[in-house]
Amino acid sequence: MIALLLRDLRLATRAGGGFGLGLAFFLMVAVLVPLGVGPEAATLSRIAPGILWVGALLACLLSLDRLFALDFEDGSLDLLATAPIPLEGMVAVKGLAHWLVTGLPLTAISPVLGLLMHLAPAGYPWLVLALALGTPALSMIGAFGAALTVGLKRGGLLMSLLVLPMYVPTLIFGADLVTRGAQGQATTTPLLFLAAVTLGSAAVLPFAAAQALRMNLR
Amino acid sequence: MSIWEYANPKKFMQTSAWVLPWITGLAVATLLAGLFWGFFLTPDDYKQGSTVKIIYLHVPSAMMGIGAWFMMLAASLIWLIRRHHVSALAAKAAAPVGTTFTLIGLVTGAIWGEPMWGTWWAWDPRLTSFLILFLFYLGYMALWGAIEDADTAADLTSVLCLVGSVFAFLSRYAVYFWTQGLHQAQSLGVVGGDRVSNVYAAPLLLCIAGFILLFVTLVLLRTRTEIRARRISALLARERRAA
Repeated sequence: MIALLLRDLRLATRAGGGFGLGLAFFLMVAVLVPLGVGPEAATLSRIAPGILWVGALLACLLSLDRLFALDFEDGSLDLLATAPIPLEGMVAVKGLAHWLVTGLPLTAISPVLGLLMHLAPAGYPWLVLALALGTPALSMIGAFGAALTVGLKRGGLLMSLLVLPMYVPTLIFGADLVTRGAQGQATTTPLLFLAAVTLGSAAVLPFAAAQALRMNLR
Repeated sequence: MSIWEYANPKKFMQTSAWVLPWITGLAVATLLAGLFWGFFLTPDDYKQGSTVKIIYLHVPSAMMGIGAWFMMLAASLIWLIRRHHVSALAAKAAAPVGTTFTLIGLVTGAIWGEPMWGTWWAWDPRLTSFLILFLFYLGYMALWGAIEDADTAADLTSVLCLVGSVFAFLSRYAVYFWTQGLHQAQSLGVVGGDRVSNVYAAPLLLCIAGFILLFVTLVLLRTRTEIRARRISALLARERRAA
């Protein structure tokens, strides 16, 4: 499993892996929104948590169709499915690898983008915490969506229709956490809900995704 | 005699052909009676005026929008566990019906909300979870349409239905969970709390029964269509192989 993790990381970070694309997209969102709504600091700082979360969501979604599709096309997914490790573990590792190359870098650069969006100073630690806690859920939910649509020729659009509704709780609690943190309100409730969403999806969805993969490979 | 006999498509077709006219008539009669009673024979509310009468469409369709997903969940589980094709086709047949009920629930809610709350839409937890359920219906139907192999499609949509039922449960119990927001709390219970007056509750219950019957009618009808479509495609495939 560690070998698989290293392989996925290597594939993603080398040329053509699309490692930087998600990050660049996230940056573009944070640049385009102020240009669109105007540069008033008050407006921007009010909508900053929501915009940053939506940007992270879409950046995550963008890289999902590569999660299983490339391995499905060249046949290595069949090999992985017949490998001695359980398919559920394989899905979990691939989700983890996806998080390491999208969610983690997004979390790391989010304070810089918060600066562009005039996020209130008290919000920065909460922004990093919320993204660090919430993006694993995005990767796991995305792995399920990718597993459902892996056999389809044009699965990308359909996958966004399937995955985005499932992202809604993460988005609500994540953005709420940052908003409350930035305004200095109590943050326990959204924090716990966000953690629950992540842990729940990490516990359940590998099984659902593995089942969907088995059905697609049959 | 067990319920699994109806997993046989032939048996299902026979029985449903016999049941369908009766249940159709019953659904039409109940709906007409309930809606007529509700629309014309109940007094106007002292605060809401006659707008209150949209309840006879809003509540039953919203209930069935959620109920249809649970029916699809049961059918999907039967398909995953016992692999009865009729069950998978029934789940497929129920999806557009459930979508329509959900849409009616959303639209009538907006029409009701505009004069009462002063807004067509509010990002209230109940409204939001219901809208997400609607999006799930769309994704479910899109997934059915996108996959060519019928069995794989049935498998994958069943898994999606299981995961999506989290949101159906959320919509169902959002009325209890979140007490803040514009949408009122559960008010048709047997005990306690603010209750809908009996003047409105009786025709409402009749309308709910009518909507349930309507749902059963439509799903039976559509399942029969799906079974026939499956038979035709099987015949065509056999013809192609012979040629």
